[in-house]
Amino acid sequence: MSAVKPILQAKGLLKRYGTVVAMSGADFELYPGEILGVIGDNGAGKSTLIKALSGAVIPDHGSIELDGREVHFRGPEDARNVGIETVYQNLALSPALTIADNMFLGREWRKPGILGSVFRQMDRPRMEKFARDKLSELGLTTIQNIHQAVESLSGGQRQGVAVARAAAFGSKVVILDEPTAALGVKESRRVLELIRDVRDRGIPIILISHNMPHVFEVCDRVHIHRLGRRLCVIDPKQHSMSDAVAYMTGAKLPEGVTEAA
Amino acid sequence: MSTQDTPTKVIADYEAGLAKADSTVANFDRDDKSLIHVLRNFLRSYPTMIPALVLVISIAVFSIIAPRFFGMGALSTVLKQVTVTGFIALAQTLIILTAGIDLSVGAILVLSSLIMGNLAVMSGLPALLAVGIGVFFGALMGAVNGILVARVKLPPFIVTLGTLSIFSALTLWYSKSESIRNVDIEAKAPALLWFGQSANLGGASLSLGGLTLFILAGVLWYVLNHTAWGRHVHAIGDDPDSAMLSGIRVNSVLISVYVVAGLICGFAAWIAIGRVGSVSPIAFSTVNLASITAVVIGGTSLFGGRGSIIGSVLGAFIVGVFNTGLSLAGVDDYWQMFAAGTLVIIAVALDQWLRRASQ
Repeated sequence: MSAVKPILQAKGLLKRYGTVVAMSGADFELYPGEILGVIGDNGAGKSTLIKALSGAVIPDHGSIELDGREVHFRGPEDARNVGIETVYQNLALSPALTIADNMFLGREWRKPGILGSVFRQMDRPRMEKFARDKLSELGLTTIQNIHQAVESLSGGQRQGVAVARAAAFGSKVVILDEPTAALGVKESRRVLELIRDVRDRGIPIILISHNMPHVFEVCDRVHIHRLGRRLCVIDPKQHSMSDAVAYMTGAKLPEGVTEAA
Repeated sequence: MSTQDTPTKVIADYEAGLAKADSTVANFDRDDKSLIHVLRNFLRSYPTMIPALVLVISIAVFSIIAPRFFGMGALSTVLKQVTVTGFIALAQTLIILTAGIDLSVGAILVLSSLIMGNLAVMSGLPALLAVGIGVFFGALMGAVNGILVARVKLPPFIVTLGTLSIFSALTLWYSKSESIRNVDIEAKAPALLWFGQSANLGGASLSLGGLTLFILAGVLWYVLNHTAWGRHVHAIGDDPDSAMLSGIRVNSVLISVYVVAGLICGFAAWIAIGRVGSVSPIAFSTVNLASITAVVIGGTSLFGGRGSIIGSVLGAFIVGVFNTGLSLAGVDDYWQMFAAGTLVIIAVALDQWLRRASQ
């Protein structure tokens, strides 16, 4: 493992919201081709860590490196442009726009020729077909009409759209923040399969979840976050779920780790 | 994988039935065949049909009440009356789509028209150059609004309430409270009046300004519905946080919307000079609220993200038809205002009724 360089790495991230400390010196490593689980108690700073990696939050201190080169994201569009795709907890969908419009928000395909280059016309038919294909891959067959506005979808369907969007466009790293929280059994299974598919395409994945069975099933390593920093990284094959819960709630300290004062 | 001691055993158990899961796209029998459902679904799919129907019905009703009303003569009068309001309503629609509001549109219009008039008539600049400078200042004033809204993060209502006063004050200072007379414009810069000309089409005189209104509305409709920028404008009005997380540069798009709105107001200043024939620092004092009225009657939501440019033009026409129709019917002026107010409330109520999907 030591020879392999992390694809995405963060060192000493610090973020304060006023007097509230969300991250206090958080470290993070993601290696090529792995699925990394991130677990932690509510308020441990998981979401802030993920937002720092996806450009939605600018950390006060610390550095983020992608492929060994330091990056400074000024916004989510910067992270997206280098191939980091994220599904946020609030999904980041626009309710009044259609499914296809949402999937392509910020990266619309334009018609070929003069219609696209001069008149900037979007290629709706091609975008809609692509969206339909991606949703079917995910098993989201309960969406009847691809022209539907996202507000007319159920919570699970919306989550499916967001996951499909990230899986379709992530080229370097895919970050999933609670991707199965609102999904049914069938859709959750498909998301887990999709996570493996994406990994098999060679793209590493960060999975934040409260669903321990899911995390332990698919993840290669599990990053346990506690009190704004990384407590430890465990191998899910060597540890049980109750160990992980004990670590993240502070009931037990992992070997070789001393609790910060 | 699912031996006795692995943690995934439970999952594998309850997911065993998935292999037989249905994989066809869901389909339902439709039972919404009653007239009211059909009508609602139709209006929901084509929201612009509401102002269109209201316009047709009001034209029909006024033609019965006041027979003089029906005919191209009266209708082209309505078009002339609503041209400037229509232009401002287009600018206002863009702003309202981003969940903002612009109270300074009228002030931008008046200041731009004074810049054009003063430069062309008093300073003797070529008329088209004066127009260009006027439009540029319109865009600049829009940019001031946009930067205050997007970068300083002030509510659009407050920003434009402030700039309304500021631009109005600058207007009085710059013009020294003097109007530019029609004879002076005709003598020195007739090109300023270009859009006041009319083309005769089958007994109706269609002003060039009115024609340009339709062209600009068409262009904006295309931009809002068929380009990425248009989708971004909708997304920002809908949910700015989601738009930001989706990788849209919210601030740049917001500023560009205010600049385009200022640009349209600046251009409308040229139209307005042609329409009125003179330039006055105290003209068009009601155009701010009239534009908001037109946009709301046209079905655009003040909460942002939903609306249509065509609806706003229709909305401006509905108000114009009511005003002309009521005055032809011999009703006092204040009832025209009463009618416009009632229309706004009915339009919003209708909009809410359509949105409630549960009924």
